[in-house]
Amino acid sequence: MLKQMNGPLLKPKPQPDSVAPSPEEPSAPVPRRKIEHKSSRFADAAFRYLMLACALSVLAIVVLIVRELILSSSLARHTFGLKFFVTQVWDPVSGDFGALPFIYGTLMSSLLALILAVPLSIGVATFTTELCPLRLRGLLSYLVELLATIPSVIYGLWGMYVLVPILRQYVQPFLAKYFGWTGLFGGYQFGYSMLAAGIILAIMIIPIVTSITREVMSAVPKAQREAVLAIGATRWEMIRVGVLRNARTGIMGAIILGLGRALGETIAVTMLIGNTPQISKSLFAPGYTLASVIANEFSEATGDLYPSALVEIGLALFLITLLVNIVAQLMVWSITRGSAQRATA
Amino acid sequence: MIQSKYWWRSLQDKLMVGLATGATLVVLVPLVAIFGYLIYKGIGSLDWNFLTKIPKPVGEVGGGMANAIVGSGVILFIASLIGVPMGIGTGVYLAEFGKKRFGYLVRFTADVLNGVPSIVIGIVAWSLVVVTQKHHSALAGGVALGIMMVPIISRSTEEMLLMVPQSLREAAWGLGISQWRTTLSITLRSASSGIITAVMLSFARVAGETAPLMFTTLGNQFWNFNINHETAALPLQIYTYANSPYDDWHRQAWAGALILIILILISMSLVRMAASRGVFKGGN
Repeated sequence: MLKQMNGPLLKPKPQPDSVAPSPEEPSAPVPRRKIEHKSSRFADAAFRYLMLACALSVLAIVVLIVRELILSSSLARHTFGLKFFVTQVWDPVSGDFGALPFIYGTLMSSLLALILAVPLSIGVATFTTELCPLRLRGLLSYLVELLATIPSVIYGLWGMYVLVPILRQYVQPFLAKYFGWTGLFGGYQFGYSMLAAGIILAIMIIPIVTSITREVMSAVPKAQREAVLAIGATRWEMIRVGVLRNARTGIMGAIILGLGRALGETIAVTMLIGNTPQISKSLFAPGYTLASVIANEFSEATGDLYPSALVEIGLALFLITLLVNIVAQLMVWSITRGSAQRATA
Repeated sequence: MIQSKYWWRSLQDKLMVGLATGATLVVLVPLVAIFGYLIYKGIGSLDWNFLTKIPKPVGEVGGGMANAIVGSGVILFIASLIGVPMGIGTGVYLAEFGKKRFGYLVRFTADVLNGVPSIVIGIVAWSLVVVTQKHHSALAGGVALGIMMVPIISRSTEEMLLMVPQSLREAAWGLGISQWRTTLSITLRSASSGIITAVMLSFARVAGETAPLMFTTLGNQFWNFNINHETAALPLQIYTYANSPYDDWHRQAWAGALILIILILISMSLVRMAASRGVFKGGN
């Protein structure tokens, strides 16, 4: 763009008797007119490089994150090798560390959050884009986005003093009585549990899943809806065939992006999950996640091996979220880019 | 197939529409419950001491979080010194020069950085600043939060700049104004309301972060204005108090939570008002 616009203005007209600057070097010095050009050209280059430096710094930060995680975890990686990820012992005193309970806790709580949040989010997105009166639309999206502004620590606080007592008094006895046979709802009913963490995570990821789902649903061309309605479909059939089916890649991306958020969430989960490194089938049992163990133990970790093991847990968390986010990003991109092309075509 | 059984299709339609409406109502329940309980508990716990005093010794009733509120301000200030220029610079680069392959790489990296869990960024700030300095500091927390601000600001800045019509840039170039001057005085100014919104949003997002501060700024029960020392921060203090066994500290945790959410909501609604009334509008 720069070359196109500035080129004709600044480039001297090639004169037959002088040596014309080759077209490959549009930034060759221009001696013809005022000195101002030279300085503004210098300023342009300087500005450009300054902005480039900012952009490079983003790359540098990510490289730095990877480098620090790998370097600081080297002791634990060399001591335990891959065994680190499959053993269950977590004993700082004897210096024996295994990350399996944390990996299980992270995956389980996030999965539970998705199971609770995804149907609700798709429901809300469907309601706001397709069903509700126009006047309500803005208000509803504002309210759902309000959920996203609540800091994690406040979710945790509310969870500790409101959600956990409710779970302990009403929900857990109910689930144990009627669904105890599934084996998912057995054992003591503390309140602080995988279930509590899953519920709070679900509330926390609903805004992001909803807003992206809404975006991809609105990206579906209006003609699709009209075509389905024109052959006599009901509203639901229009939504299912005309909208959801077209937006499914993007919705999948939204779900995976929500998963990425849930996997890395720290404080609220730490306050509610019970912080016990164990693997239990029951959702009433306390658990522990990768992020929580770092939050709880990192500042008190002494010696060399203990902090190193915690950094390795951080590395594992980083790699899992990286993978999940890349997949989600590609899926959201594929649909929004497609719709942008359709819009310009 | 669609022709047959109209009653079934209409029933299905009503059912699904009902479910979608129901889902919306269900989602509004925690929103109302959280805000309602927060206001109920918070207002009852808030008093003048809370805003002006520093914490009392462990277990004693009274005291406040004044040092944490100021500490959060200091940390956020350091964070924005790092995050705002880098974020806006990256956004400018992406919008004005980033149409090639390298631009896509930067965009993708920014999205990756946005998805990195905040606790991991805390570890990195710890090993970069705390380990080098050999002590915990407000600076380390500021670095962690600043890193988190960069991708949020850069992506929205880029979006805002791309919305400035190309003809505006061309008009400036046509007058012989240099590229950097055009970007600073024409493009950035026209998009300023959007960019300020982006900055405030990133501010609101990191203001409530606790995880990256836990082992960088560490927390402090006293006043501290030195950026090289441990500093109290509001979210951190709420976390500590919520987990404590003292009733008075629980009360203060609720008051702190109310203050925190009020600060966040004020900054967000200022942005909304300013953006909708066009206060910041420069050229457009």
